[in-house]
Amino acid sequence: MVTFLGINLFGLSGQLLVGLINGSFYALLSLGLAIIFGLLKIINFAQGALYMVGAFIAWMALQYMGINYWAALIIVPLLVGVIGVLMERYLLRPIANEDHLYSLLLTFGIALILQGAFTHGFGSSGLSYAIPAELKGGTKLPFMYLPNYRAWIIVASITVCFGTWWMIEKTKLGAYLRAGTENPQMMQAFGINVPLIVTLTFGFGVALAGLAGVMAAPVYAVSPEMGSNMLIVVFAIVVIGGMGSIGGAILTGLGMGVVEGLTKYFYPEASTTIIFLVMVVVLLLKPAGLFGKEA
Amino acid sequence: MKINKLYLGLLGFALIAPTILYPVFLMKVLCFALFACAFNLLLGFVGLLSFGHAVFLGTGGYVTGYLMMNTGITPELGILCGTAAAALLGAFYGKLSVKREGIYFAMVTLALAQLMFFVYLQAPFTGGEDGMQGVPRGELFGLIDLSDNMAMYYFVLAVFVFGFWLIHRTIHSPFGQVLKAIRENEPRAVSLGYNVNDYKWVAFIISSALAGLAGSTKTLVFQLASLTDVHWHMSGEVVLMTLVGGMGTILGPLVGAGVVVGIQNYLSGGELGNYLHIIMGAIFVICVLAFRSGIVGEINKVIKRNFSS
Amino acid sequence: MKAMTKTLMSAAMATAIAATGAQAAGLSDDKLKIGVLADMGGVYADVCGPGCVTAVEMAVEDFGGSVLGKPIEIVTADDQNKADVGSAKVREWVEDQQVDAVTGLVASSVTGAVTKVLTDNKKIALISTSASNAFTTKACSPYNAHWTYNVVALANGTVKPMVQSGKKKWFFITADYAFGHALEKVATGVIENNGGEVVGAVRAPLGTTDFSSYVLQAQSSGADVVALANAGSDFVNSLKTAAEFGLTEMVDVAGLLVFTPNAQALDPAIAGGMKLTTGFYWDLDDETRAWSKRFKERHGSIPAMGHAGAYSATMHYLNAVKATGTDDSDTVMKHMKANKPNDFFARNATLRADGRMVHDMYQVRIKTASERKSEDDIFAVEKVIPGDEAFAPMLAQCEFK
Repeated sequence: MVTFLGINLFGLSGQLLVGLINGSFYALLSLGLAIIFGLLKIINFAQGALYMVGAFIAWMALQYMGINYWAALIIVPLLVGVIGVLMERYLLRPIANEDHLYSLLLTFGIALILQGAFTHGFGSSGLSYAIPAELKGGTKLPFMYLPNYRAWIIVASITVCFGTWWMIEKTKLGAYLRAGTENPQMMQAFGINVPLIVTLTFGFGVALAGLAGVMAAPVYAVSPEMGSNMLIVVFAIVVIGGMGSIGGAILTGLGMGVVEGLTKYFYPEASTTIIFLVMVVVLLLKPAGLFGKEA
Repeated sequence: MKINKLYLGLLGFALIAPTILYPVFLMKVLCFALFACAFNLLLGFVGLLSFGHAVFLGTGGYVTGYLMMNTGITPELGILCGTAAAALLGAFYGKLSVKREGIYFAMVTLALAQLMFFVYLQAPFTGGEDGMQGVPRGELFGLIDLSDNMAMYYFVLAVFVFGFWLIHRTIHSPFGQVLKAIRENEPRAVSLGYNVNDYKWVAFIISSALAGLAGSTKTLVFQLASLTDVHWHMSGEVVLMTLVGGMGTILGPLVGAGVVVGIQNYLSGGELGNYLHIIMGAIFVICVLAFRSGIVGEINKVIKRNFSS
Repeated sequence: MKAMTKTLMSAAMATAIAATGAQAAGLSDDKLKIGVLADMGGVYADVCGPGCVTAVEMAVEDFGGSVLGKPIEIVTADDQNKADVGSAKVREWVEDQQVDAVTGLVASSVTGAVTKVLTDNKKIALISTSASNAFTTKACSPYNAHWTYNVVALANGTVKPMVQSGKKKWFFITADYAFGHALEKVATGVIENNGGEVVGAVRAPLGTTDFSSYVLQAQSSGADVVALANAGSDFVNSLKTAAEFGLTEMVDVAGLLVFTPNAQALDPAIAGGMKLTTGFYWDLDDETRAWSKRFKERHGSIPAMGHAGAYSATMHYLNAVKATGTDDSDTVMKHMKANKPNDFFARNATLRADGRMVHDMYQVRIKTASERKSEDDIFAVEKVIPGDEAFAPMLAQCEFK
């Protein structure tokens, strides 16, 4: 065992790596939230529930239709995206001009419905989803045994996150998107279908939650409550990163995972709370968040 | 005048209700109604959505429970201490959060509440996940034995009426008028020379104290304080009650608490228990889409349309 | 207005007094009502949820559906593993719905709160699935009957032989509430008394979804044995994660409380060979097989020990009501303690004065894939532990006559 200043370095690096894995999920989910809030000013409290739905669809697809993990990685986000599109079109659009708090309350209600429906259908004890055969086993690192699947989570999620960031910040499509939401009248005048952009953006943000759900299914128990506790953590991350800052959401997501890992090593009981402590401190010192612009 | 008659009628009903309905159920409704009224003071009359209000409910409950179990003080003192503790916490949290607005205010209150949740989860005196069990109800003023459900009920009713009266007084005082002005147009209130943050802060303290009062009383009724009361789900539930009843109306939270607790109670026994979340969620969605002013708000509209003008 | 209130109140008082007066003999309200409080959809749902309701229904039907010429009614509720939900429900049952006894009772935190309400109201708790030993020690009550097993039996049955065989350093992954704390405390006592030591412990909240950081902590602790002081799907998830991170290959992982449905849910490659202690197994002999077959036909899966315990406890209670001709809790309890329970579940059994039901326990091993003849063939019984060896002796202050 290697120790430094009384710290068990193997134990610590293991916890940091696990933290990074959790951070990958945080990043994916908070990225979706940040896109939806940043571009549409909708506070989507159903993001956690849709993450749960993603995991359940993956489970059902495998169980009832024999659709494997790799296919689910494509199909599930699409399906969840469609749910998002319907939600936006039929529930959120009618209240688009009301106070933002109403969209929060509405999506909170939707989250309750989804969670209740899956509890009713599957119980809350959790279902298990096997790790795909290609990713079974693991690699022996000097300080820990890293299961291959967990390594895949980190790589896949970081790729998706930065791909999305690049698309929104650096491409023409992204420019349309940002312009369409910042000045809808102007874009409409240019002949661009703004409501369609809004709907698709919402669908895309939600699809990211579905993707996170599929990726989580093999490592976390697939249960109706998996989203609700994740949700407030992810919300805290978006606020810390600066609401609407897309790069901020990704970096804060990964960073908070690591901070949690550190806490798990030094004071494990506080690991579920540390993020809220960071949030309070950040909001008191820098109200717009770490990467947000002062309003 | 008309309103006073309505209040008297409600009070009359409350006095005879325990002969028809199970008193513990009624006490639960009253405790949650008081909690929702306190919450509504902030949301409905100042326009601040606190997403961590359960922390005050739970703090009142734990402090009262702890004192009742370990010091042998009388219940009215226990409740007073619980309320005071919630007010103190409210003063501290309010100071930190009232400077923020809208969604940021909601998130700061949520984060602060989560910090206390952690304390209650870890502190040995709360019993963690097991909760604080077997809190004695004690004897009111050392005279009336509250272990009798009827005696307890009338005590809870008295507490509720006091809390309700206090909120009513606050709203109709000059102080309350300023709060409404802030809700309607904050910059104008500022330019009229009001120190807006101080007004918000005082309202926050009153609201948290009354939420603590509700929690203290609830702990005595159920002889138990638990993490459920501090959990953020509870903060969501009180939003639902207020929204269903009608935010910004005086009677709305009472009606909302009655409806929500009633549904929960009705569903928890039978086959339909599984549908609880679905129904609650559906109520949320329907309220936001179609009845944003809630039950009492809609009734008020109908009355206004037909009887005035 | 005031006058009317007064009249109504005194009327209510009169009814209340009449109700108390009627309790003297026979059944207090023309029926016997049993409440089943269990986890209907949570982490313990497979262990004692709808299955416990089925078991109690079977007991009532086997008994004949009525007692002393009056119908037996069953009411059920979901406690969601929350003490506040469970105790509020039971309070309503005994205060407002004339329930005479409550069974099921899973999460120890819920049972702790519920037994307080029941004792205050002098009603009987027939505890089928809770593990904490508090209900017959520091929280003992003349109205508690603790069936099936408890943490002491688990520690004596599983931990002791392992320490004696030379596994001296232990690490705990513990469910963070009454049950886990009790199990860890009792097991630690057993380890230290047998010359072992506890090198560390982590507390994971009930229903934790990701055990990876706890498993890593266990890994870097240098222990010989990692003990899982949890149950239900917590046990399943923690063991799966331990296998994923290679922990099961490096050290012994001991499941301290394993119910058959949970063992069944695990891949035999992960769980095979693990030794554990149980209060019941369906495949002991013809009697257990016959009852389990009937249970499986109704419930869809083989019974866990809590299911069989709920049946046995309910049956013993009903027999006592019949024999004494009353539902008065003190009389019934006295009879239950004076007469030995004896059925397919209760072997060499006695209900002690402290409310502990002492009976034979079984040390079993989870079969590997090649040993299994059918999907229900899960345990190989290695040893029968006599009740006196499994359970702790009675405490003087808990000896209720």
